Formats: sequence, C-alpha cells, structure tokens
Amino acid sequence: MCDQTFLAITFGPCDNCSQNKPLMNIYLKNEPINYCSLCVELMACQGLAKGETIHTLKAESETLKGKLEEERAKLHDVELHQVAEKIEALGQFVMKTRRTLKGHGNKVLCMDWCRDKRRIVSSSQDGKVIVWDAYTTNKEHAVTMPCTWVMACAYAPSGCAVACGGLDNKCSVYPLSLDKNENLAAKKKSVAMHTNYLSSCSFTNSDMQILTSSGDGTCALWDVESGQLLQSFHGHSADVLSLNLAPSETGNTFVSGGCDKKANVWDMRSGQNVQSFETHESDINSVKYYPSGDAFATGSDDATCRLYDLRADREVAIYSKESIIFGASSVDFSLSGRLLFAGYNDYTINVWDVLKGTRVAILFGHENRVSTVRVSPDGTAFCSGSWDNTLRIWA
Amino acid sequence: MSSNSASLVSLQKSVKQLRKEAGFRRIKVSQAAEDLKKFCLDNAQKDPLLMGVPSSDNPFRPPKSCALL
Repeated sequence: MCDQTFLAITFGPCDNCSQNKPLMNIYLKNEPINYCSLCVELMACQGLAKGETIHTLKAESETLKGKLEEERAKLHDVELHQVAEKIEALGQFVMKTRRTLKGHGNKVLCMDWCRDKRRIVSSSQDGKVIVWDAYTTNKEHAVTMPCTWVMACAYAPSGCAVACGGLDNKCSVYPLSLDKNENLAAKKKSVAMHTNYLSSCSFTNSDMQILTSSGDGTCALWDVESGQLLQSFHGHSADVLSLNLAPSETGNTFVSGGCDKKANVWDMRSGQNVQSFETHESDINSVKYYPSGDAFATGSDDATCRLYDLRADREVAIYSKESIIFGASSVDFSLSGRLLFAGYNDYTINVWDVLKGTRVAILFGHENRVSTVRVSPDGTAFCSGSWDNTLRIWA
Repeated sequence: MSSNSASLVSLQKSVKQLRKEAGFRRIKVSQAAEDLKKFCLDNAQKDPLLMGVPSSDNPFRPPKSCALL
C-alpha cells in the first residue's frame, strides 16, 4: 500500500547507490538530485548504524533466525516422553465435581483462588465479580463493575483485596471489607489504564504491584497505591491474552501469550523480552509456569497445549489428539507438575500426563465452553469456570 | 514515507532482539527433560491431585458416612 506517490519519470543510476532504479527527482539545498526511493528513505531516517540499510538488516534478520533454529535443533537430542518412558504410568483418575458455584447471570470468564485455599473470586460477562467460600459455596461479596465482559480477576496475596477489569480497559482494585453491608464499589481504586481491553491481571508477590496484559498488545506493571506505571513491556504484535508470574519468592520474570502466536518471557525490572517462542499455529489463550519455574505450558486455539523449557529454549512437548479439535482456553499444573489440566471450548477438561504426553482423563460436566481452570494453592482441588454461568470444584 | 521508516524501526528492533537471543546459553533437551522428570518425581508424594488423599483429609470430598453399631 502506498502512502506516497511520485512520478517515476526517470529510470537510471541513483546518485547515491548507483543502482539502476526508478528515480525520484528531489531538491537538496536547491540542487536537483536523482535518488532512488530507497536512498530517499534512508536519508529521512536517523539512528542507522554505519553500513546498515534495510537490505542488510533484513539479511541479518534472516541469518539470525536461521542460526537460532540451528542452535536449538543441535540441542534437541531427545524427546521428553522418551526420557519419561521408564516411569510408572499413572493409574485411573477419579475426579468429580465436588461443588458447583451458581450465581453468575452470564458466562464466567475468569477466576482466581485466595491463598487461604478456600476463597475464590470470579468474574463474568454480566459485569459481576463475586467472592465465594468454596467449602460452603456461600457468596461472601459481590461487586458490579461499570462494564460488561470482566475478563480478568485476581485475588491479592493478603486476601484483603481483589483486582478486576475487562472492556473498560482498566484494572481496578477493590479492598474487601469484613462488613458485608459495606458498598465495595465505593472504595474502588483504578490502577491500570490501557488503550484496549484488559485480558489478564495478577498481583506480584505483594498487594502493592499489579501486572496487566491487554488487547493493546502490551503488558504493564503498576503501583497499586499511586496508579503509576512502573514498567511497560512491548514486543507482542497483537492482543496479549494471558500472563503468568514465575513461581519464585524473588521472582522477577513472567511469561505472556497472545494472538500473535508467540509466548514471550520478560524481565520485570528491565522491561526486556528475554526469550520468545513461536510454534503454536493459532492464538495462545493461556500460559502457566511449571511449578519449578524452569518451563511453562500454553493452551491455544490450535487445539494443542505445549510445554516449553526455558533452559533448553525450545518446545519440549505437545499435548494433542486428533479427536481434540477445539481450542484450549486455559491450563494449569498440579502441585508436582505431573498433571496438566486444560479446559477446552468443547466443554471438557482434559488431564494430561506432562512427562509422557498422554491424556489420563477427560472430565465432563460443564454445559458450555470452559473458560478458566486453576488449581488451588495447596493442590487439593481445582476450579473451572465456564460459559454455562457456573464454576465447578473438582477433587 | 512514514510507514517505511516505521517498518525500518521495527526491523531494527527485531534484529536487536534476535542478536540478543542468539547469545543465549542453552542446555540440551536431555538435561532439561531429566530435570523436569526429577522435579515431578521428587514432589509426587506431596501432590494431592496426583496421589489422591483420603476423604477425611480433603475438605472438598465429603467423608464417607460410617454406620455406628
């Protein structure tokens, strides 16, 4: 697509690069000059290192990509499932719905566990954010957001606040009060501002900072108290759909996945993209770190879940079956990392043996797409949220 | 003109990023896989969803009713 028009009335050697091309007739310091369009462009650009042109950069880009693939392939000496051959296969799994949380008026889009292992916050398309006691199924708090499609919600580490956001392009924090009659909406604090929908949010190790990802293609780290932007992360070329913090006390990296089919690992302090993985064939809906922090899993619209090892810097396993043709919307690991729970758009939850790459169970129960799956902090159960307006606790 | 210089800038950025990634120290998959396997096996006993816990210990599973004679 051209946003510039010029009459190529001459064709000949460019005054700058001497190549035979269509020439632009321009004036430099009142002297008529014939430059090819490339040289005109280069003249207008600053910041090029000595000897760099679009051609050299493109060439370097291709060689580097080739070199990276070569390096990664050299170290690919074995498959994960081969290393896992000698391990005992897992037995039959009996996992049933132990609680059903009913109360949302529309699709459940996101949920998060509180560190006390019993409370859950969930958000829905109807704008409601509800805090539940999963043991008793009682609703403890309910907030109505000023927007619909609340796609992200998170529990603060202290258990004293929840964060949520969606189509309002913001992430807001609501302190939870012990007084049931208090109007939570009154204490709302707007923390993050993006230029498109909020897809995911997560507190860091304290209540003081929140990490957000957005449809505007960026992730950002915010200070809750002041609402100040502390760091922004640019690198995705399309909506970022999911993020997950590395599981470490001193953790300062996180992984994000988006509609550009890429999963990027970021350094929170510098804002740098340290590693990038692009093997999925469609949008990555969910990313989750392996409990050791050395790997992460992704769930994608291409109907596969994949495991990427950070130290080997490549994909090491694919969890897929020909019979699974619907996208995976959400993934999470069990405590030891042996099991991967994945919720799909075909209303089921598949449980995978992470090491052997085989499916160990399919869980039926939801009557619409499963949108979110999270294992409880102590690993005794996991919760799934669905477009059928309910949440289910499985154990 | 502007779209061309924008693509030049993004090309510069991606080359810079690729240079960084080329310098990354990688380990063999066999080593990485062994470590993943070791972590799983070491922590298997502590994984309730994997091992299954008796109903009385799991707050979500209703304990089986006993008949008291």
